[in-house]
Amino acid sequence: MKDTEIKKLLFAHVFCVVSIILSTVIPSFFLENFSVLGTHLTWLCICSACVTTVNIFLYIIVKPNPSSKRSSFAHKISRFLKCCIYFFMSCIVFHGITVLYGAPLIQSVLETFLFAVLLSTFTTLNCLCMLGPNIQAWIRVFSKNGAMSIWDNSLQITTMCSIVGAWLGAFPIPLDWDRPWQNFCSEV
Amino acid sequence: MRRCPVLLFLAWAGFLFLAGLWLFASGFLLLRVELPQHSACTPSPAPATALAMGSCWLPRRFARAVLVLVDALAFEFARFEEARPRPRPYENKLGALHHLAATQPHHARLYRFRADPPTTTMQRIKGLTTGSLPTFVDVGSNFASYAIREDNLLAQLVHNGRRVVFMGDDTWGGLFPKMFSRSYFFPSFNVKDLHTVDDGILQHLYSTVDGGDWDLLIAHFLGVDHCGHKHGPDHPEMAKKLTQMNEMISSLVDHLENDTLLLVAGDHGMTDTGDHGGDSEKEVNAALFVYSKTPLFRAGPPKEPETVPQVNLVPTLALLLGVPIPYSSIGEVMADLFEGDGDAVTAALSQLAAYHVNAKQVDRFLDSYALAAQDLPGNRLQQLKELFTAAAEEHAQLLAQVQEGLLALPELEAQLGRLRSHFQHYLREARAVCTTSWARFHPFRMVAGCALIAASCLLCYIASELASALDFYHHCFYSLFGGLLAGALLGWAHGDLDPILVASWVAAASQLGFFWHSWSQRPRRIHLASVRPPVASMGLWQRLRAWLEPALPLGILALRCGAMFSDSFVIAESRVVPFLLASLAMLWVGKLHWDGQLSTPPDAPKQPPGSLSCHKESRPLLGLLAALLVCLRLSSLFHQCRDEVLHCQPSPCLAPLSSLRSPQVKNLCYLLCVASLVGLVYAVRRWLRHYGNLNSTSPLVLFVRWGFPLIAFCIACYWAVTSGTEDTLGKLQELVQAALVAFPRAVYGLVATGLLLVLWKPVTVFAQDNRAAAGPIVTPYQGAPSSQADLLHVISQIYRRMQESLNSRLEGGSRWAAVAAYGLGSVYSAALIITLTLLGFFLLLLHSERMSLSFLLLFLEAFILLRLHVSAMSLAGEAEPFVVPWNAVIAWVLATAQFFYSTGHQPIFPAIHWNAAFVGFHEDHTTHLVPALLVAANTFASHILFAVGCPLLLLWPFLCETRGSRRKRLKKDPQDEEQEPLMEMRLREAPERFSAMLLQLGLKYLFVLGMQLLACVCTAMILRRHLMVWKVFAPKFLFEALGFVVSFVCLLLGISLVLHVDCAVSAWYRQLEPR
Repeated sequence: MKDTEIKKLLFAHVFCVVSIILSTVIPSFFLENFSVLGTHLTWLCICSACVTTVNIFLYIIVKPNPSSKRSSFAHKISRFLKCCIYFFMSCIVFHGITVLYGAPLIQSVLETFLFAVLLSTFTTLNCLCMLGPNIQAWIRVFSKNGAMSIWDNSLQITTMCSIVGAWLGAFPIPLDWDRPWQNFCSEV
Repeated sequence: MRRCPVLLFLAWAGFLFLAGLWLFASGFLLLRVELPQHSACTPSPAPATALAMGSCWLPRRFARAVLVLVDALAFEFARFEEARPRPRPYENKLGALHHLAATQPHHARLYRFRADPPTTTMQRIKGLTTGSLPTFVDVGSNFASYAIREDNLLAQLVHNGRRVVFMGDDTWGGLFPKMFSRSYFFPSFNVKDLHTVDDGILQHLYSTVDGGDWDLLIAHFLGVDHCGHKHGPDHPEMAKKLTQMNEMISSLVDHLENDTLLLVAGDHGMTDTGDHGGDSEKEVNAALFVYSKTPLFRAGPPKEPETVPQVNLVPTLALLLGVPIPYSSIGEVMADLFEGDGDAVTAALSQLAAYHVNAKQVDRFLDSYALAAQDLPGNRLQQLKELFTAAAEEHAQLLAQVQEGLLALPELEAQLGRLRSHFQHYLREARAVCTTSWARFHPFRMVAGCALIAASCLLCYIASELASALDFYHHCFYSLFGGLLAGALLGWAHGDLDPILVASWVAAASQLGFFWHSWSQRPRRIHLASVRPPVASMGLWQRLRAWLEPALPLGILALRCGAMFSDSFVIAESRVVPFLLASLAMLWVGKLHWDGQLSTPPDAPKQPPGSLSCHKESRPLLGLLAALLVCLRLSSLFHQCRDEVLHCQPSPCLAPLSSLRSPQVKNLCYLLCVASLVGLVYAVRRWLRHYGNLNSTSPLVLFVRWGFPLIAFCIACYWAVTSGTEDTLGKLQELVQAALVAFPRAVYGLVATGLLLVLWKPVTVFAQDNRAAAGPIVTPYQGAPSSQADLLHVISQIYRRMQESLNSRLEGGSRWAAVAAYGLGSVYSAALIITLTLLGFFLLLLHSERMSLSFLLLFLEAFILLRLHVSAMSLAGEAEPFVVPWNAVIAWVLATAQFFYSTGHQPIFPAIHWNAAFVGFHEDHTTHLVPALLVAANTFASHILFAVGCPLLLLWPFLCETRGSRRKRLKKDPQDEEQEPLMEMRLREAPERFSAMLLQLGLKYLFVLGMQLLACVCTAMILRRHLMVWKVFAPKFLFEALGFVVSFVCLLLGISLVLHVDCAVSAWYRQLEPR
């Protein structure tokens, strides 16, 4: 039981990582002048879209937390809508937090918002897939003794790492090295 | 452990820091006083002779000069040796110099040019033009801009009607505003850019030289220096750059005319890594090359190039061009250049004339300097004076003898040579005296100061951990005194009682005493600790966790300290600090959640299984967090700009209201400012009323009720007067001038009155005494009850007593003897809050009008932080409300730094708000003390407020013990079983603990401040060769050090205020007892 779970987990994560790598490599074949640093906005869009599809796809295939009870179609629709609303709200919240942390308010608002979307795909979307639109469950998972399964643990780790990574991304902003990727950092 | 030891211990800990700081600063900061005098053409120091037009002091030899300054042209770069088997990239590249010197030995010569540390470009430019030894802090200089006020070569040229043309490094533009008749500035800031400046100069150089409308042409090339910073000297790029310079020089020589002197000089050398700034051999070894188309030298070049100190250029160039030597120059003329082309005796005489003028000028400077400052040793100055008088007398005699023709040739030559060596000796001694005093780092002192500060930090940490062991300090004092005594003896024995050394010896010895004591007490404490059951039962893991508990906030502190080691982060610190504070707050709340303290456990009763509900307190906590983040973001609206940051607009709020054009906007802003003022007063009164501190009739409360609005009114009036336009109200001008002085002074007076009232009667408690009067029922009467009057007296007394006892019985059993004291539970905080508000008014007045919004934000954020601290503590279920966690202390210190920036300050000198010195004064300061205090109060406003308010961190959790409860009474009667909220009176229940925890809080605060200081000090020490040291790190160090001193003093004041209130409350109780 445990082994199959771990295998599934590994599979899912490898899939995610490959999708991110592909999202940086593949578009350069289709789009003119595509590069991660040069056209970062496009890349942000593509990457979030890619990760979103992969996550949803994985969720449908793997079904980490299979719910026992059958639910009606209407119930499923309402769940889906709820998920969408939650996702959107999390984008807004991340955007707000980024601005409060010092991102410019009006200037480069698009970058900031896309960054919030990306961060949401890495964090909120995972939560939505794994736990469903259930705030109580989220609160439970993100506390010390809250993780019940290996999936919860992986969720904890990936979400935390995404947020810490975004936080670390702010560090190179003040440096005066004049490198192009610093523009990229400044919106992270 | 009572009040006095707390203060003594804190003062001692602060003294340790200050001693370390002082020791460090004495090794790091080179100090010199700038003199305002300028040399003039008349009176001339030379004996009166007929001078040609356009010459001062001595006849000029050249009409014009070209000074080509190649930044970081080390001597090794300029030297040419054909015999080298495999020249390195920087060697043998300047062939033009070698060629000129070899083919025209009487026209050209290469010198070693010794720079004086600090070898940073700006300091070197100052040195090359003033002929003095600029240090980092030239006292008396105008901090508001970098412009040179001292007498200098350029100023002399301009005064005497010469035209100076400049091209190159734009640093000169700031140093010499409006001096150049023509100038081509190019940006120097980007060290990575090798070509912009050089190519820009080359575009204009030759055409300007040919154009001829100049007397001194300065071209400052930066490429070599930038190449050194970017690649180091040993790099092919350097070879390219030097080759370019070589071509430039050889073609420049072709453009020169006969009356023109060419000087090619490096302002400093560079180390093997291409850096400069310090005093190592490679950094100070630059090159100087002199060339002219007319013969300069009588003799051929010496084998090994002569060494010329950099200050010698100024007197030489000044006299060659026929202008007076700048007043503060301490250089010596380069005698070779004054020989002329006559016979040996004439040459020696004209050399002597130059030396004489030079020596006279140096003597005059030393006299004036000795009057202005005491840092040159008196006995050395005395010796110098004797040398000078002897040489000058000898010179006069010799001149007389020469005129009379008394001396034979060989004897005359010998005498001339002797006299010249006398003058040389005098000038070199004078320079040596100045150098030892002005231009030396003391690495040993710097390291020792650093170590002292580090040890003090460690001490604060250990002491704050130990503060709960109460008896510790009683014993501790003996060892401290021993240490103090030993240190004093050592310092005394060490010699000539240098106060810095004595202070540091005392500090170090008493520190050793403390460490020795805490080490020797260790076994006992471990024994005590093992007796205590909870610690003993803890497992290893739990103990480790207890150690890791402060790791998160201390990690944030470490990040903050680490950020000081990079100039980019120091420049961006105004954004770094809020970022760290926000992260700290997030971590704080996140950790609470992670530990499961925000949500009730799932197995709690009345909860459906599986679902968790939020804790009652968690919603306000999240709200507070959001409010804190909003505050942080809003505070960034008030930032000042540093000049390093491009595209930065300083906050519009920094400008005074009178600078606004549109009257509507001005009125709106004015109303907003007044509203924030009113909001502040209202909030404070509201707070005091809520806790019942506004009921009594003590003078302090009356002052709060009436004085606060009055102060606000005065400030509003002052703003109204200042923001009016200048030219209106022509008739009322005098009235306006009077008002400009009167209103601020009224505020100062009121604030001082308020502070005195706080000191005099800090207890704002309203007591209602309905106890029965103790004592005999009937007053005994004297003599027999004979008269009717006596009888009546007794009867009425009996009646009254019966009535009272009946009343008390009717009111109900146990409450027959109670004192209702309103506001006793918040008596400490109330005094602090009133003090803080008064200080806030005072500081607000010193800032520009719209900064009042920032101050409102400051108070709001402090309040939010306190609330956050309280709810975090209550959620964490802290059993020990006396201990202030590291989180809160570090957040408090970060907020201090944040509001330093948000009140419109930056740690650079041009950003100081000098106009604060004239609030309430009309440009007629008699002493320097008052303006210095006002400017310091303006600069360190947030340090003052947060440090004084620091004890609130300890008091606030007690205040919030009974939120919502309206009953704030203290039962005097011990029989009373009903549990009343005690609030801050809990502190009085355990006075020992109270003072110990106050000490602990103070030590923690000092520790955090000390760590920041340590980081700054280490930065300044380690990076003293860094390119940015005088622009970024040294000012940062100065501001941080001053901020530390201010914070320490204010912390001590805040804590002593709390202890004073404690005394007053005790007195109040005693006054209550006998009734």
